[in-house]
Amino acid sequence: MFKGVDFFPHGTKIPVMQMRRYFIGISLIAVLVAIAVLYFKGLNFGIDFKGGTLVEIQRKSGDIDMADLRAKLGALGVGDVQIQGLDATTDALIRVEEQPGGETAQQDAAKKVEDALGEDIEIRRIEVVGPAVSGELKQAGIIAVSFAIIGILLYIWFRFEWQFGVAAILALFHDILITIGMLALLNFEFGLTEVAALLTLAGYSINDTVVVFDRIRENLRRYKKMPLIELLNLSINETLSRTILTASTTFLAVLALYVFGTEVIRGFSFTMLFGILIGTWSSIFIASPFLLWMGVKRDWSGAVAKGSPAAGKA
Amino acid sequence: MLHFERWKIIAIAAICLAGIVFAMPNLFSKQTVEGWPAWMPKRQLSLGLDLRGGAHLLLSMDTVELRKDWLTTLRDDVRKKLREAKIRFTGLGIVGDAVQVRIVRPEDVDKAYDALKELVQPMGNAVLGTNADDMQIEKVGSDVLKVQPTEQGLQQRVTSAATASVETVRRRVDELGTTEPNIVRQGQDRILVQVPGFDDTRKLKEVIGQTAKLTFHAVHPQVTAEEAEQTRVPLGYKIYPSAEGDLVGAYVLQEVPVVSGEDLVDAQPGFDQRTNEPIITFRFNQSGARKFGRFTKANVGEPFAIVLDNKVLSAPVIREAILGGSGQISGNFTVEDANNLAIQLRSGALPTSLTIVEERTVGPSLGADSIEAGEMAALIGTITVAGFMIFAYGLFGVFAVVAVLINLTLIVAVMSVIGSTLTLPGIAGLVLTVGMAVDANVLIYERIREELRSGKTSISAIESGFSKAFGTILDSNLTTLIAALVMFWLGSGPVRGFAVTLSLGIFATIFTAFTVTRLLVSLWVAAQKTRKIPAPL
Repeated sequence: MFKGVDFFPHGTKIPVMQMRRYFIGISLIAVLVAIAVLYFKGLNFGIDFKGGTLVEIQRKSGDIDMADLRAKLGALGVGDVQIQGLDATTDALIRVEEQPGGETAQQDAAKKVEDALGEDIEIRRIEVVGPAVSGELKQAGIIAVSFAIIGILLYIWFRFEWQFGVAAILALFHDILITIGMLALLNFEFGLTEVAALLTLAGYSINDTVVVFDRIRENLRRYKKMPLIELLNLSINETLSRTILTASTTFLAVLALYVFGTEVIRGFSFTMLFGILIGTWSSIFIASPFLLWMGVKRDWSGAVAKGSPAAGKA
Repeated sequence: MLHFERWKIIAIAAICLAGIVFAMPNLFSKQTVEGWPAWMPKRQLSLGLDLRGGAHLLLSMDTVELRKDWLTTLRDDVRKKLREAKIRFTGLGIVGDAVQVRIVRPEDVDKAYDALKELVQPMGNAVLGTNADDMQIEKVGSDVLKVQPTEQGLQQRVTSAATASVETVRRRVDELGTTEPNIVRQGQDRILVQVPGFDDTRKLKEVIGQTAKLTFHAVHPQVTAEEAEQTRVPLGYKIYPSAEGDLVGAYVLQEVPVVSGEDLVDAQPGFDQRTNEPIITFRFNQSGARKFGRFTKANVGEPFAIVLDNKVLSAPVIREAILGGSGQISGNFTVEDANNLAIQLRSGALPTSLTIVEERTVGPSLGADSIEAGEMAALIGTITVAGFMIFAYGLFGVFAVVAVLINLTLIVAVMSVIGSTLTLPGIAGLVLTVGMAVDANVLIYERIREELRSGKTSISAIESGFSKAFGTILDSNLTTLIAALVMFWLGSGPVRGFAVTLSLGIFATIFTAFTVTRLLVSLWVAAQKTRKIPAPL
């Protein structure tokens, strides 16, 4: 019988906790860079949040003449018009900024663009979002992210000691902040689907952290006298294979989405891809140092601690 | 952990089988499925607009206009009531959000109050036991009465206007001959229109957009619009602009129409026999025909005005009494205008104008491309993950792949049965589920390996692998479920589609990891001939 290739080295003894200052330093720099990028460059909000018009077009007879298109649309007097070529050279995306003058002004602008495109160009997708809806979506997005984080925080708090909860949430903020910073840096459009990706990431990136924390808790019960630094190191190394392997399978699946997916989910899949990497990094190198920093309860005699229904964990 | 009672095995097999049966229609074309015998499940996944192509419009009602309309009607009602009661009054008008009137004789004030009281409609709710009126009447000073609509009254108006608008929009969209349009009220004052497979949004917008309030008015016999503009508009009359919206060609018309569009029973586009110009022919119902006949009979030789959305289309002179109850409207229409207007007139006027606040339209070709890309991503994603799992875990990896396939089947089956919509982000959710579902297997298998390394026998390693991984798998899936539920709650359209597949995927993952995988492993253990079971991983 084929047992599979147990390729991941076991019994590793990476002294993560001894090197924690370097790892935290790297993460701190990344977070600061992310904040700086968000502050100075900002997110490239899509029309979901900013309002305006988005038109995806395809030329029926050959490649799109970008310069010609730019000239035509620039002369319409609808403000800033961005034109972005797509993978197929016959296709392009047109973005028109939100027009002053309320809801009907957006429709008028969209109509002008449609008329200017001419017969040879097929409109494959058109999205027009007015100021009322974009405001609501923005609000919904902020509420969703906050509620998801609060929900996850409550869950972790309920399942673990509070120190674990705080450490996990700090790691989560770290993941989300750096991912958003990356989206801003690479100028990805930030819309509803990207928020959905961030929410999924929030739920997912905590998984690896939970795997490590479960093991820490288990080891805390088993090795009552082991110094905390050693115990954390042991737990991280013991779970290293599953932290990396679980992330790999999800990464592979999302990679397929990134490579074969259309423009609509490119931002989504990139967010997930990058987020999985950062989430794995923080589960291994960041979450446990936070835990050390806050200290944990060592006396687990009695053993009926919070979350006891599932006593030992993987 | 490895022992299964017989009924459990049967139950698990039954669930998987049901999944396969209910997911199966999606493998065939719609026509094939319809030809199946009646007892077979036929429901297929419904595709979102982003995949099948179609138009999505979010319309907002003009509540300000609605309030204004109501106040105007209320003012006319007040005038009528006071005249009926033979009470003299002055200064009737709209002040802010109320109608005010000054009663001339102080002794009439109480009588007027009672007369106006008849206008008030109670809006009691027997079930809730609440009681409110749609408007209230107040005395201001000694001789002024103020009639003010209440907030509840207005809410009720908005609600009934929304219901009426939904119906009207539905009739108009149906006229376009599309299939399965979805038209629903959203929130207080919004209407969502989704028309699958239809991407001529311009036509859709034209047909939906216009209020199409058609009225027929008497024209003031002497005063022209210009004179009225310079001096004052005669009582009960109002200046109506021309179709171009300017004062040239404007008319002074009696404000209360002779007949309105509600009395129309039919409207059809056509051509004028003499000029060959596009026109609309219409027919009144009985009461409309009677009113119109009486009016035209009394006003032969005078003009009357045909007004659409408060703009004068034309003002022909009445040559003879029109008693048959039918007629035609001309007004410099193009053929398309005439077609659209006929649709709008047939379907009735909208209670208020609708503004488009959001539009998302996907052409059918892009939808098809998205489906193709989604299928490709799902296929490649599944193959890669399957390859990885088999490489890393051998036969047990195959078990994981079987579990994932059943997982996907179950998601598709449930979505088909409950009729939820598959969107492009929804496909992304499926692909993501493939990646995350095998995580459960990784956790179990890695634990088994660890137990084996610590010297346990195969059986006990497998036992504790499953039991100890349980909590972790639950924890990790529940955090993702929290995020998915938040998305479902707050999201709309495509994002909600993603939340649906993701949540279903999580439930399916928990199910397959602890039943399907475990069952396959236990069958494998049972199939071992030797007493000492070899290490599986």
